[in-house]
Amino acid sequence: MTRHFFGDTTALLGRSLRHITRSLDTIITTTVMPIMFMLLFVYVFGGAIQSGSDSYVSYLLPGILLITVASGIAYTAFRLFLDMQSGIFERFQSMPIARSAVLWAHVLTSLVANLISLVVVIVVALVMGFRTSAGIGAWLAVAGLLVLFTLALTWLAVIPGLTAKTVDGASAFSYPLIFLPFLSSAFVPTDTMPGPVRAFAENQPVTSIVNAIRDLFTEQPVGSGIWVAIAWCAGLLVVAYAFAMAVYRRKIS
Amino acid sequence: MIRVRALEKSYQDLKVLKGVEFEVAKGSIFALLGSNGAGKTTVVRILSTLLRADAGSADVNGFDVAAQPARVRESISLTGQFAAVDEILTGRENLVLVARLRHLADPGKIADDLLDRFSLTEAGGRKVATYSGGMRRRLDIAMSLIGEPPVIFLDEPTTGLDPEARIEVWQAVRELAGRGTTVLLTTQYLDEAEQLADRIAILHEGRIIVNGTLTELKQLLPPAKVEYVEKQPTLEDVFLTLVGKDKR
Repeated sequence: MTRHFFGDTTALLGRSLRHITRSLDTIITTTVMPIMFMLLFVYVFGGAIQSGSDSYVSYLLPGILLITVASGIAYTAFRLFLDMQSGIFERFQSMPIARSAVLWAHVLTSLVANLISLVVVIVVALVMGFRTSAGIGAWLAVAGLLVLFTLALTWLAVIPGLTAKTVDGASAFSYPLIFLPFLSSAFVPTDTMPGPVRAFAENQPVTSIVNAIRDLFTEQPVGSGIWVAIAWCAGLLVVAYAFAMAVYRRKIS
Repeated sequence: MIRVRALEKSYQDLKVLKGVEFEVAKGSIFALLGSNGAGKTTVVRILSTLLRADAGSADVNGFDVAAQPARVRESISLTGQFAAVDEILTGRENLVLVARLRHLADPGKIADDLLDRFSLTEAGGRKVATYSGGMRRRLDIAMSLIGEPPVIFLDEPTTGLDPEARIEVWQAVRELAGRGTTVLLTTQYLDEAEQLADRIAILHEGRIIVNGTLTELKQLLPPAKVEYVEKQPTLEDVFLTLVGKDKR
């Protein structure tokens, strides 16, 4: 069965990528909220925020990118949910294919869709004055971190996608993820926050990822911070993957 | 071709199947008849390896569904209760996708041949979302035929279809059996079983209560009385005459 894994995944990936290219509105709605946040914070609140950085949009962008991914993966759960509901999932499962290919196709599609959204948001940020002197290496590191983060959240999204009873249930899990960056260093430096909030903000994954990306963009030494960021993403990825596969095996047996 | 022995399945406390037994001969159409919730879909899901039975055994095309699920999946095709087609893809893309997943050579030609056979050539380039219920179900059945699996499960293939579309589906099913495919059909429509099936089994309260040919089933009741009744056209006759597509 596994000998067809790559061929089957490719065939199914082609299918779900067509879903993306034929409903580009999902990409647009994914990027609207992060772009709105960016406009709001740069042009409304930004003047009053002491970020300690020359350009607030440059300070803000890393957090906005994480919000983009968090809102994008809601669609991954939604698409998977629709496949479960429509019966096409069962059709695939009753065929002689590598069974995990069905999930992998959704995961890879999520990755592609989120990368497109991220590019859109970065272009808007450039228009708004985001500048970086980061070289190829730093950009690749940023891309790598974002891919890892997207994969981790995507596998997390697979769980509600497989188990939800309603459309709302399939996408509601992403709201706390979207708001997690607000309790981090994404919008304001954490040293302005009162004790317990600050303790939470400085020890949650978003802060380490945001700081790592920010350092890469501003060509600061990333130090050990980037390893904390990678560890968070990789840890979340492993746990989410294990849970998702356990749910999946229960669904199909 | 299909052999089911003492099949049992419960959902939590609810016993859906309490020892179902039947056999389906190669190349025949077997109708599993029962009211809503009788467990027809559960039987089909077990036979198509989507669900595990609690007890009992089932063979499809000589392979045990629990022990050799991969071999079973190579032998079957499932057309579910709700037409499982991809709405965003075109009809042709749906067919090509299934052909690729069945690892066949020249998926494009297979798709074109099936579009032609099911009179969907014109609609082939359109998104399935624009199809009528009957076209969708025809596409669904066409997808099931790809790779010519020896056994096809049709779970309530005409539920929700208008009379014309039902007749189209019936023709497709007859054609299938004509080519030697074994068809297991579930339905809640008695006339559908009467029209199509070589053998009919009635699933009731978790058991098969009768199993036989239409003639055998009719003999279970007292012999026919001769009565003279004015022949009135049925509403179906009227409908089909008016819309002008009586294909029977």
